[in-house]
Amino acid sequence: MMPKLYGLLKYSAILLWSAFVVAPFLWALTTSFKTANGVTGGPTYIPWLQYEPSLTGWRSLFGGAGGIDIVKPYLNSIVVTGSASAISLVLGTLAAYGLSRFDYRVGPAKNADVLFFFISQRIMPPIVLAIPFFLMLQFLGLLDSLLGLILVYIALLLPIAVWVMIDFFNNIPRQIDEMAMLDGCTPFGAFFRVILPNSLPGIIVAGLFCIIFGWNDFFFAFTLTFTDAQLLPVAVVALNSSVTPWWSLSASALISVAPLVLIAFLVERFLSRGNLAGAIR
Amino acid sequence: MPLHLENLSLTRNGVRYLDRVDATFRRGRLTTVIGRTLAGKTTLLRTLAGLQAPDSGDLKLDGVSIASVPVWKRDVAMVYQQFINYPHLSVLENVAFPLLRRGLKAPEAQSRAEATLAKVGLSGFAARRPSQLSGGQQQRVALARALAREAPILLLDEPLVNLDYKLREQLREEFRGLFAEETKAIVVYTTTEPAEAMMLGDEIVVMHEGRILQVGTPVDVFERPASTAVAEIVNDPPMNILPGAVVDGRIALGSYRLALPAHLSRLAAADYRFGLRATDLHVDPASEIAGSLVFAEISGSETFLHVETAFGPLALQIEGIHDIALGTQVPIGFSTERLFAFAADGALVVAP
Repeated sequence: MMPKLYGLLKYSAILLWSAFVVAPFLWALTTSFKTANGVTGGPTYIPWLQYEPSLTGWRSLFGGAGGIDIVKPYLNSIVVTGSASAISLVLGTLAAYGLSRFDYRVGPAKNADVLFFFISQRIMPPIVLAIPFFLMLQFLGLLDSLLGLILVYIALLLPIAVWVMIDFFNNIPRQIDEMAMLDGCTPFGAFFRVILPNSLPGIIVAGLFCIIFGWNDFFFAFTLTFTDAQLLPVAVVALNSSVTPWWSLSASALISVAPLVLIAFLVERFLSRGNLAGAIR
Repeated sequence: MPLHLENLSLTRNGVRYLDRVDATFRRGRLTTVIGRTLAGKTTLLRTLAGLQAPDSGDLKLDGVSIASVPVWKRDVAMVYQQFINYPHLSVLENVAFPLLRRGLKAPEAQSRAEATLAKVGLSGFAARRPSQLSGGQQQRVALARALAREAPILLLDEPLVNLDYKLREQLREEFRGLFAEETKAIVVYTTTEPAEAMMLGDEIVVMHEGRILQVGTPVDVFERPASTAVAEIVNDPPMNILPGAVVDGRIALGSYRLALPAHLSRLAAADYRFGLRATDLHVDPASEIAGSLVFAEISGSETFLHVETAFGPLALQIEGIHDIALGTQVPIGFSTERLFAFAADGALVVAP
């Protein structure tokens, strides 16, 4: 009797939570097919029956009347987020391994200070960084360019990668590295042949964080670009005019979130297996 | 040709892990290093492997210094007390890993790995991940990985300490067979357990606080411990060491007097520290020496009694299982013919 009741409660809770999570998406989906009449006419959900569906919202994202062309900012976002995340992940993983395994000394600074330097980059409010970044990019002639944005995003994402990976590496016993070296690996070999393959879950988590933070950033995309290197979040906000086009916003919200949802599904299986736990006693 | 350690010292954070260690390890011979926790055993092995650099001193293999050869070129195999295996590789891949690193072709590495796995009794587990094995099996994988390489130096750092009692006994038996085949390698095995050291070692090195106290065959070390410290380390329970003296041709322990046994009859009158194994003490109702029972433990078919006497604590090991109330006055009989006599500074004077 008890297990049955427990199961019932468990699935009710899961169902409730799923509804809670999915409802906004459904709402956005129906709204994206509405027009002004459909939106202001109270809550309606079923096309054709309750409202007349229209492609106005979707058309407006691809150069339709009263809209924008979302394709270019979309590709910009993919390039900037993708490259910045990939570079941050590579550099961050190497840096984290170094900080986890070797002792550094830069003047009075030791490993913990280097690590704090990385973390401090995220403690500062973004607004503090905006003006220096603007001036630096201006000096380099990289304002409103994808390369400039990639550099700035690396500075923003690298701490996340270092942070996640150092915790992961610290949890891999050093004896594994030592064993690899006893077995004939150089320190580099030990890292690439043994530590890296065992760090896949950590790398995926770090990569996911980088992509989410990069993809969703509005502030720097807004302050450091004008027209050429516009990113998706800025383009979406540019949709807003005197009359809020809910249908366009809904459509753009859905295609903005699509890549993240896709990645989450692809990566989910890697996160649930391949765990180090229990492999080393 | 042997491995020589010359005057190795290593201090970290004010702790002396190795203190002027000189030793020689020979091929085809298993040396057990016995010592308590923190005696420097692990540090010694890590220094031999190249995982730690000594502050001073030298390591010479066949007369050539290897102190500056990095770990990955030193060709030393090691088994840790933790069960260290590569979690992302199968059991077979784990054992083949060092072989491939040393340039063996894949098919050859695989067949050698399979043969070694058969030797340690893991033939049916080649495809599994280490995490799918029990602790004892995981340690066998680690052992197989070390054995398969046929490295000239094989180090084992308390490999059985994290296993349960039964498994430890079983693996210890198996080790004896496995190492008997090792006729070319220098094998160094550390342990805290006298029984293990005696059973496996062709030679025993006794370590204490970073120093080597004695080197010898198991019989040597057991029968003629060089000092009280050695006597305590190589006996389980540790040998009882009693401060006393020889006065008027008798042994004085506190206010008690015992007749001098024959082997001690030439002892000059002086202060001594007398050593007596727990097995050489017994409950003797006729004895005038007694102590109050502070702790009793039953171990298999024997009982250990820890007794507080007027001249210090004593541990007795007696046959059978006895249930004696704590605080009871236990009359203690001494097998004086088994007494060791050590000088006041701890050095052995006479052994029985």
